[in-house]
Amino acid sequence: MKEKNPKRTDSPLIFERSRPGRRGTAVPEPDVPTRPLEELLPKAMMRKEPPSLPEVSENEVVRHFTEISLMNHHVDRGFYPLGSCTMKYNPKVNEQTARLPGLADLHPFQPTSAVQGALRLMWELGEMLKEIVGMDEITLQPAAGAQGELVGALLFRAYHTAQGDPRKKIIIPDSAHGTNPATVRMAGYEVVTLKSNEEGRMDPGALESALGEDVAGVMLTNPNTLGKFESDVEEIARLVHEAGGLMYMDGANLNALIGVARPGDLGYDIVHLNLHKTFSTPHGGGGPGAGPVAVKEHLAPYLPLPILTRAGDGGYALDWERPESIGKVHGFWGNFGVLVRAYTYIRMLGRDGMRRTGMAAVLNNAYMSARLEGTYSLPYGRGMHESVFSGSFLKEHGVRTLDVAKRLLDFGVHAPTVYFPLIVPEAIMAEPTETETKDELDRFCEAMLQIAEEAKADPEFVKNAPYSTPVRRLDEALANRRPNVRYRPEGSD
Amino acid sequence: MSYVPHSDADRQEMLRAAGVSSEEELFADIPDKFRLREPLDLPSALSEWETVRTLGRLANESKHLLCFAGAGYYDHHTPAAVDHLIRRSEFYTAYTPYQAEVSQGTLQSIYEFQSMICELTGLDVANASMYDGASAMAEAALMADSIQRDRQKIVLSITANPHYRQVLDTYNLGLQLPVEIAPRTDGGVTDLERLKELVDDDTSAVIVQSPNFYGAIEDLEAAAGIAHDAGALFIAVVDPVSLALLKSPGACGADIAVAEGQPLGIPLSYGGPVLGLFAARGDYIRSMPGRIVGQTEDVDGRRGFVLTLQTREQHIRREKATSNICTNQGLIALAATIYMATVGKGGLRQVAETSAQVAHYAYDRIVAETDLEPLFPDAPFVREFALQTPGDARQLIEKGADRGILAGVALSRFPHIDVDDGLLVAFTEKRSKDDVDLLLEVLKEA
Repeated sequence: MKEKNPKRTDSPLIFERSRPGRRGTAVPEPDVPTRPLEELLPKAMMRKEPPSLPEVSENEVVRHFTEISLMNHHVDRGFYPLGSCTMKYNPKVNEQTARLPGLADLHPFQPTSAVQGALRLMWELGEMLKEIVGMDEITLQPAAGAQGELVGALLFRAYHTAQGDPRKKIIIPDSAHGTNPATVRMAGYEVVTLKSNEEGRMDPGALESALGEDVAGVMLTNPNTLGKFESDVEEIARLVHEAGGLMYMDGANLNALIGVARPGDLGYDIVHLNLHKTFSTPHGGGGPGAGPVAVKEHLAPYLPLPILTRAGDGGYALDWERPESIGKVHGFWGNFGVLVRAYTYIRMLGRDGMRRTGMAAVLNNAYMSARLEGTYSLPYGRGMHESVFSGSFLKEHGVRTLDVAKRLLDFGVHAPTVYFPLIVPEAIMAEPTETETKDELDRFCEAMLQIAEEAKADPEFVKNAPYSTPVRRLDEALANRRPNVRYRPEGSD
Repeated sequence: MSYVPHSDADRQEMLRAAGVSSEEELFADIPDKFRLREPLDLPSALSEWETVRTLGRLANESKHLLCFAGAGYYDHHTPAAVDHLIRRSEFYTAYTPYQAEVSQGTLQSIYEFQSMICELTGLDVANASMYDGASAMAEAALMADSIQRDRQKIVLSITANPHYRQVLDTYNLGLQLPVEIAPRTDGGVTDLERLKELVDDDTSAVIVQSPNFYGAIEDLEAAAGIAHDAGALFIAVVDPVSLALLKSPGACGADIAVAEGQPLGIPLSYGGPVLGLFAARGDYIRSMPGRIVGQTEDVDGRRGFVLTLQTREQHIRREKATSNICTNQGLIALAATIYMATVGKGGLRQVAETSAQVAHYAYDRIVAETDLEPLFPDAPFVREFALQTPGDARQLIEKGADRGILAGVALSRFPHIDVDDGLLVAFTEKRSKDDVDLLLEVLKEA
C-alpha cells in the first residue's frame, strides 16, 4: 500500500539515538601535568563505569530537540488562554538583556564591589514593584509563586511569634489555588476553608465567625480565581486586623489590577508577585519563574536573608544582620535572570504602558466573555481578567469539559484551565491577557461556539478529539498504574 | 510602549460588544476610594534601543572575573547548542504541560531528564526538578519525615553547605522538626563515630554532602550504613559533575539524593535560575515532591508522555499534598538535559577529570610556592579545596578582583561553620595552566 505521509511520526528518545563512541562536543584535555586518577581519588569511592548518558553527535542533539520541540503548543505559535497562568506575549528584548555579559556571567559569591550593576538592577526593580503594589519593603529571593507563598505564610508565623503566639490557623476561601492550602500546611498551620458566597466572593459575615485569637490571618487572591474582585476587601481587612491577624494576597491575578489599584492600599499586609505571569517573563515549559514578596513596614524585619541595602555613598550591599529574619529560602539570591527580564519589561512599558496593561487585560476578557456567555454559562458572572465558564450544559449530550478542551487543540488553540476552581462544576477558566488581538479572540470564541454545536450534533466526534495533534488522547490511568518514569539504557546500574 | 495591540476602533467595538460605554465601567467592583487616580510613580517608557543601552550600562557596572569560585556553583563551559535550543520558542514560551497532546516536546524532554538523573545518581526515580540544591535538600528532609511518620529527628552533617542548612531551617520553621548537627573530624569530613551516637530510633533521616562544603569526599557508604542500622533514611547531597568519577549515591545506599544542578552547563547568572536535582528509590515515588513524567500510550497505541502520579500534588491533594511546589525550573532542566546529551557519557567524565587534574596541579603548586596551607591536607577532593588564610580571606579576594581574578570564596561569609577564616578555591575544565599562574600571583601576596 502506498503511504501518503511516509515521514516518521514518533520521535525516538535521545537514548535510542545513542551509539557507543559518538561524541557531541570536545571537552578540553588538561594542559597541566597530570597523574593517574587512581592517585588522586580513593579507589573505594570511584565509579567503575561513567553514568550511561547518551552518546550522540551535536547534529543529532540539535535535530532531536528541534524535532520534539515541534510537538509543543506555545505562545509564539498561538493563543494560550490558560486561566490563572497569564500566558501573555514574552517580549524578545527580555531574552537579549538577560544574556548580557556582566549580568549572565556573574558568580553569586563575587564580592559586592564587583557586582554593583546587578545589585542596582535588583534595587531598582524592587523599588518599582513596591510602587506597583503599594508596599514598603520587598524580597526578590523566592524562586516561584509557591515559594513566595511559603515566605508569606512563614512571615505570618514570624510576626505572631514575635507578638508572643504563632497562632494555629490560616483562613482561605474554597476558591483558592491548591498551593494555598499546601503552603499553609508546610508553614505548620491548619487550613480553615471558608465557603464563598453566591457571588463567588468571601463573605465578611462568615469570615467574622471564623476569626479568633488562634487565627494567624487570611490568604485571599484578588481578583479571586473566579476573576471577581473581592469588593468587601476593606471590611475583610478591618475584621482580620481587629482580630490581630494579617492579610495575605496571592498575586496570581495581579495582571487585572496593574495601574488600577494597589494591594497595599486595599489593606493587605503581604503580597507575592509572579514575575512569570504579570511581568512577561517566559514560562519555560514549567519555570523558572520568580515570586518576590512585598510587605508593609511592620513585617520588614522578618523578610528572608540577605536584604539588599543602599549605602550612603550610593553603593549597594547585602545585609545579613537581621536577627528576626525567617532565614534563607534559596541557596543564592533567587532567579536573577528572571529579575532581569521583568526589569526590562517594566522599563519598556513605563508608567503609561503598565496602566494600559491592566485595562486591556480586563477589556479583552470582557469582550471574550460577552461573546461566549450566551452559550457557555457563567455561574458567577464575568470576571475581570479571566472568567470561569461551565461546560455542564453539554452533559445531556454525554460531553464533558475535558472533551471541549481536547477538541480545542484541533483548532490550534491551547485549552483553558479546566476543572478549576473547584466550586464551578465542569469549570472552564479562560484568561486571554492583554497581548491578544480582537481577531484572535474572535477565532477562539468561534471555535468554542463551533465545539458546542458539534457536541450537540455528534457527541462522539467531540469525545474522540483531538485528531490533529502529535499524539491523540493519552492513557493517564495506565501511566499511574504502571509507572514508567525512566529509560534504562544498556549498562545502567 | 505596551504590548497591547488594540486600535481605537478595536477598543470601541469591544466595549460595545461587552455592553459598556467605557473601560472605567469594567472596574465598577473596585470601590472608588481604591482606584488609582494618579499614574504610578514609575519611570517613563523607554524605546527598545534605550532599554538595551540602559541594561548594557548596568551590565558594565559589574566586573567580569576569571573564576576560581565554587561553593556549590561552578564555572563550567556551556556548549553553544544548549542555549541555541532552549531559545526555541516552542520550549521557552510554553507552560507546564497540562495538555499532554500538545506538550509532547516538553514531556519527552522531562522523561529524558529524569532518566539521565537516575543514571547519574544510581536511583530509580527522579522528578522534573526543584528550585535549587538548597530547597531540594530541605524538601528531601520533609519527605523523609513524612515517610517515617513515627520518627522526628533530622541529623545533618556540619560539613554540608551552610546555606543549605539555612534553607532547611527556614522550611522547618512550621514543622519544628528537631535537627541535630553531626560534627566533623580534624580531617574535614563527617565524624562517623559521633554521627553514630547521634542517630537513634527517633531519627527519620541522616544527611551528608559529598564532596562536602570544603570539597572533601565523604564516605557515603559508611554514613548510609549508620543511618540504616538505626532504621533511618539516608539522604546524600551530591554534585552532578563529580558523579562522573565517584560512586553513585544509589550504589552507596542512599534512599534520596539531591544536588544543585547548575554545574550541568547552566550559566552563572548571579546564582539563578539554577535547578535542584531530586532522585529516590522506587519505593518512595508516591512521597516525592514535584512533577513527575511517565510514559504511556495514546488511543492509537503510540508512545506518549504525561504528568503522572498527580495525586501527590497540591492542585489535587491541596493541604495533604507532598509539597506546595508546582512551577519548578523547567527550562533549566531542559538546558541540563541538552548539556548531558551533548557532552555525553565520555564528555561528562572528561569535564570531571580535567577539572580534577587542574585542581590537583594547582593544589600542589599552592602548597609548594605560597605561604598558604591547606585546611584539610589529608582530605581527598575532586575539583575544590579549602586553604587556611591569615585573617579574613575577603581582603585577598578584593585585591584579586582588582586584577580581574575571583580567587575563591571566603569562608568568613558563611554562618554555621566551625572555621572562621579560609578560602575555598575551585577549578573547572575551563581553567588552564596560565590561569593557575595568575591565581598563584594573587595567593602569593596573601
